[in-house]
Amino acid sequence: MTTANALTIPALETVYDSLAEALDQAGEDQARLFLVKLALLNANALGDAALFRDHLALALRDL
Amino acid sequence: MHNPTAQPRPSIYYPYQVHAPWLPGERDAVQKHPVAIVGAGPSGLVTALELARHGVRSVVLCSELQVSQGSRAIVFTRRSLEILQQVGVAQRIVEQGLPWRFGNSHYRGQRVFRMEAPHAAHDRFFPMTNIQQQYLEEYLCDACEAHPLVDLRWGNRCTGVRQEGERAFAEVDTPAGAYVIEADWLVAADGGRSPIRAALGLQLEGASYEGYFVIADIQVDLPLPTERLAYFDPEWNPGNTVLMHREPHGIWRVDYQLPAGETPEQALQPESLKARIDAQLAMIGYPGIAWEMDWSSVYSARALTLPDYVHGRILFAGDAAHLLPIFGVRGANTAFQDAQSLAWHLAFVVRGIAAPSLLANYSRERVGSAREIIDEAGKSTRFMTPPTPGFQLLRDAVLSLSLSQEFVRPLYHWRTSRPHAYTHSRLNSPGDDNALFTAGPADGAPPGNVRLGADDYLLDHLGGGLDLLYFTEAAALPAPLLEVVHAVRARGVPLRAIAVGAASQVEGAELTLADRDGQLRERYGVPAAGAAYLLRPDQHVCARWLTLDATRLRAALDHLLAA
Repeated sequence: MTTANALTIPALETVYDSLAEALDQAGEDQARLFLVKLALLNANALGDAALFRDHLALALRDL
Repeated sequence: MHNPTAQPRPSIYYPYQVHAPWLPGERDAVQKHPVAIVGAGPSGLVTALELARHGVRSVVLCSELQVSQGSRAIVFTRRSLEILQQVGVAQRIVEQGLPWRFGNSHYRGQRVFRMEAPHAAHDRFFPMTNIQQQYLEEYLCDACEAHPLVDLRWGNRCTGVRQEGERAFAEVDTPAGAYVIEADWLVAADGGRSPIRAALGLQLEGASYEGYFVIADIQVDLPLPTERLAYFDPEWNPGNTVLMHREPHGIWRVDYQLPAGETPEQALQPESLKARIDAQLAMIGYPGIAWEMDWSSVYSARALTLPDYVHGRILFAGDAAHLLPIFGVRGANTAFQDAQSLAWHLAFVVRGIAAPSLLANYSRERVGSAREIIDEAGKSTRFMTPPTPGFQLLRDAVLSLSLSQEFVRPLYHWRTSRPHAYTHSRLNSPGDDNALFTAGPADGAPPGNVRLGADDYLLDHLGGGLDLLYFTEAAALPAPLLEVVHAVRARGVPLRAIAVGAASQVEGAELTLADRDGQLRERYGVPAAGAAYLLRPDQHVCARWLTLDATRLRAALDHLLAA
């Protein structure tokens, strides 16, 4: 998926590391809850329920 | 032989009155009545009173000799009070009830959402009024006893129904033996477990949700205002929800979800109730406070409706027709709307003003309303009692986020019962000016109230028949319009012409509302004289015109009565 305001590679690397560290900080027990909170925050920032639904479909692929 | 108990039910605040049973005589072996109503709860009693208002006699069968056990429905909406005003009991409820309009949701000791229901200057009644169902039933029963067209029979239990041709038969058992009622129409208002629904083999459609809730009424002296209190995921009941409501006479409703796997029997053990209520009171800051139990029960959240409320000569209303989740106070409040709707549709049929096919409209509109409620209630029920691990996770994420993030807090707001707008009703006039209005209640919508003066509101003047609101500053209604009004009345149709906007009584109108400050015109989106609204007997709009003439009025009335 490509978007007009996609992350630069350095920014993507930062997101990669910081998400991994946050997941470790949340701990295995709370990781799911943490990810759902994060998804809701991101969805609100996205401001686009249809785009969010597309993301759900993409994330469900190839599990 | 039916032998209802003559012992008053136990209560620490409500003095139950045991009524004498109605007993059949020899000549009463078979009785003929236009309408028999099985069930003397909110839907049955309001149906009887509204029918009586339309001039239709009915018999109401009440199995017991006293009103309902426990407080049951305790929160009544503004629209319910407006309907109860129509049958003459709203004033007693206002005098005894506790008005409120704020709701609070708490999580981890923090108030994370505050619901504020608007209270407009134009409304006579508060958004919500709390009163125990016993009082409501008492007032309705008193009104029934006082009305010559309502025959309320205590201690008469319906043991079976059958239909033959255009008649319905109810077998009735009493302390003096059985008899049979033969009725043109039988109203099944026999409650959520409806034996009539079961006997007819009718299936409810919709969803049942996992999880049980305890409802307990306790007498306790809490110095808190009348506001709804909701506690999510409290420490003493992890993952579950607790609700509290103030009731009159120092009673509080405590409503809590059972831990998964616990049975209703276990939950209603006195020691379990005591430990949990103590824990709840401690959590809100009153550890060790003295309280006394009045009544407790268990319910589960269901969102179900019959797909059709008319089965031959048997008509369903209230909980017998649908089971709706308690969140959002949708039980009795929906029953009143059913009863008001059923009564006028049925009265028009009984009086020969409309064909029996009009009753299909009652079913369509009220099933549509139930389905809308089920859809809305489903959202709040999925939040209150998450049905799957996914919903559980989302709910927990929202609780957690809500401590700091404003945007998720509206998810706490479960929509409360509101009147359904019959936007797509077949009774709405197809040729009116509905789409040209920029304000005011649209076709199918419930009316908006308007304050006309001190202790004087628009809805005080509407209902009981069709109402034509005609906006004029002239001295008389136009003669061609009056001709249509008189012609329709000659067919037995109850239609009142109400003039709005003239300083003195308008000739030809039953009533003139001066509307001195123009509030009614403004709120109903009326730009100029010559506009009009036609309201059904349940006060919902069925036509509105920017300019009304005789042809258009006749067309709207013919359309309504031919449905």
